[in-house]
Amino acid sequence: MDNLLEIKGLRVSYHTYQGEVQSVRGVDLEIGQEESVALVGESGCGKSVTGKSILRLIQAPGEILPGSQITFDGRDVLSLSKKELRAYRGGQASIIFQDALAALNPTMTVGRQIMENLLYHRKIGKREARAEAIRLLGEVGIPNPEKRVDQYPHEFSGGMRQRVMIAIAFACQPQLLIADEPTTALDVTIQAQIIKLLKQLQRENHTSILMITHDLGVVASIAQRIFVMYSGVIVERGSSDDIFYRPRHPYTRALLQAVPRMDQEGKQELNSIEGTPPDLIAPPEGCPFASRCKYAMPVCARLAPEVTDFGGGHRCACWLYHEMAPRVAELNDPDAAPAGEEVGQ
Amino acid sequence: MSEHNTPLIQVKHLKKYFPAGRKEVVKAIDDISFDIYERETVGLVGESGCGKTTTGRINLVLYDKTDGQVLYRGQDVHQMSRAERYRFKKNAQIVFQDPYSSLDPRMTVADIIGEGIDVHHLAANKRERLEKIYSYLRAVGLNESHASRFVHEFSGGQRQRIGIARALAVEPEFIMLDEPISALDVSIQAQVVNLLIRLQREKGLTYLFVAHDLAMVKHISDRIVVMYLGTVVETAASDALYGKPMHPYTQSLIAAVPIPDPEKERRRSEETIQGEATIAGATQGCRFRTRCKYATEACAREMPSLREVEPGHFVACHNLDQVGR
Ligand SMILES: Nc1ncnc2c1ncn2[C@@H]1O[C@H](COP(=O)(O)OP(=O)(O)OP(=O)(O)O)[C@@H](O)[C@H]1O
Ligand SMILES: Nc1ncnc2c1ncn2[C@@H]1O[C@H](COP(=O)(O)OP(=O)(O)OP(=O)(O)O)[C@@H](O)[C@H]1O
Ligand SMILES: [Mg+2]
Ligand SMILES: [Mg+2]
Repeated sequence: MDNLLEIKGLRVSYHTYQGEVQSVRGVDLEIGQEESVALVGESGCGKSVTGKSILRLIQAPGEILPGSQITFDGRDVLSLSKKELRAYRGGQASIIFQDALAALNPTMTVGRQIMENLLYHRKIGKREARAEAIRLLGEVGIPNPEKRVDQYPHEFSGGMRQRVMIAIAFACQPQLLIADEPTTALDVTIQAQIIKLLKQLQRENHTSILMITHDLGVVASIAQRIFVMYSGVIVERGSSDDIFYRPRHPYTRALLQAVPRMDQEGKQELNSIEGTPPDLIAPPEGCPFASRCKYAMPVCARLAPEVTDFGGGHRCACWLYHEMAPRVAELNDPDAAPAGEEVGQ
Repeated sequence: MSEHNTPLIQVKHLKKYFPAGRKEVVKAIDDISFDIYERETVGLVGESGCGKTTTGRINLVLYDKTDGQVLYRGQDVHQMSRAERYRFKKNAQIVFQDPYSSLDPRMTVADIIGEGIDVHHLAANKRERLEKIYSYLRAVGLNESHASRFVHEFSGGQRQRIGIARALAVEPEFIMLDEPISALDVSIQAQVVNLLIRLQREKGLTYLFVAHDLAMVKHISDRIVVMYLGTVVETAASDALYGKPMHPYTQSLIAAVPIPDPEKERRRSEETIQGEATIAGATQGCRFRTRCKYATEACAREMPSLREVEPGHFVACHNLDQVGR
């Protein structure tokens, strides 16, 4: 099966007053037709920048560095003309931005904003577009959509704005939908409804989805494959089961263990990962997680880790799996994996 | 809860109606009452659009009210003199839901955090000011090198943490935290929540914590207020609410929590996801009745009021004896 999207060696930097912020440092990622892929990782690790790069939405002082490759449906995205780019964005591929309020136009009613996208990318008339906008608002769970369609973004609650963004992205039935933290501001019942809607969109329109999120519960319910990002690089990738039940990278493991459990009593301290991620202006030469890793060896700080392939597309960049490295029982034993009884109901 | 017997904040029969088109109103909040005691964390949960942000904003006098009262240490916050208002503004802070639009894009992060320190004269000199700024940055998992940057240079989660640092820098008594950690990954969530809990222990802070992540709300809150479409449907101590949710809405809310385990998610019955979020404009009776499988005629006729079902556990439902527990 051909992949819908292929990213190879993506590097993105922001040239700032203080130096070059190397937000993305060599990311490989591919998404199949009708596949849902999740990109997870620590705040500030480069997830949104990666997502925006796919639509070429990186603005100065940011730059997609030479040598990066992005292929969509066999076409080279980085060399699309202005005109091709307009049809590509919003038509073939669309993005739900993380910052819903900033992404919506405050001077235009919500309905107009949805209609504009429909009129541009689909061959339908104004009246039809309005009806479609109302239908979409209803689908994302906005009450009284016939009235709400004429209101402005500031009259909507935080979660409602996020859902308006989702409606705009759905409007054009894209082949690829990049959803950047689409449900962060939503309560669980509406979150469940949105996830259902995403799955439906996928079934009916054969849409592929790149879900950017930190919410492992959401990931578990939607993703077929997961990419774990840390400090601008992919540290582990694999099927959803690989990542949840057989996590190999110490960062992935720590991430799974920091999830609060519904069955815990009282205000205890949560497991957090000690320390902070490295400064992206001067990223370390070795493994970026080394300074916070409890298994770190001398080599980790000096050399970027080699990738070990565990089969079935499960790969992890960590020195612990080198044949010369000491075996760490808890990382090699699938039964010691942290998922499973983590969150009991 | 006997140790804190004076409420820091009392919300009394509060209402807020927004005009929406000609002659119509959105009843964002329709007669809600609850108390927040000193040194306590109250979690405020409920469906998107149910009025959580509006409640918090009225408490901090960022919105006017339509009716009712909010008392802070017994004093009506909407009737304060100028001097009282100045003091109140230091004591009560808010972390906004929307970090980007609430932070001034023309100011550096140092000045955003430093502003409150300056206004309320919390640093003796420039050095102390800078040290304070750095220490708050570190406390939320950022560092000194971030101080001279502008907001647009930060990721979503980093902005959210700048908002938290700004609120903490004013050394308030009370903080309204509106979805303060929604954009953060679990590890940094844990770090921020641990910080909030520690500050509460050390400095006796009081929080109103709005979030949709029920596991996190349960973790941090002493008591929880559950809202549904502008009304309060249930309030109880945190463990009691999760251990024995009584209102049908609370029950469905807890059942819908996604589980970080793909196997369990595959087995999850569609049942829990039911109760479509399409809300008919119920004006009379219980607002949840259109989605409630226990609804009876009485629910359409009359709005149920909050009743104390067990000590400290209040529920607004006509059919509690029918509702499976
Ligand atoms: N305009 C910019 N100028 C300078 N640095 C930037 C800019 N935009 C992003 N960055 C930096 O690039 C890095 C990656 O940012 P990105 O927004 O991709 O993070 P993220 O993984 O989406 O995080 P979050 O989960 O918090 O949203 C961050 O460290 C951020 O500070
Ligand atoms: N400035 C405003 N003008 C008109 N209507 C408003 C305004 N602010 C909020 N509303 C409406 O009031 C209701 C409650 O909004 P609020 O922002 O309090 O919800 P919320 O519980 O915080 O939701 P979310 O979880 O999505 O943030 C919504 O129907 C919203 O559309
Ligand atoms: Mg982001
Ligand atoms: Mg809100």
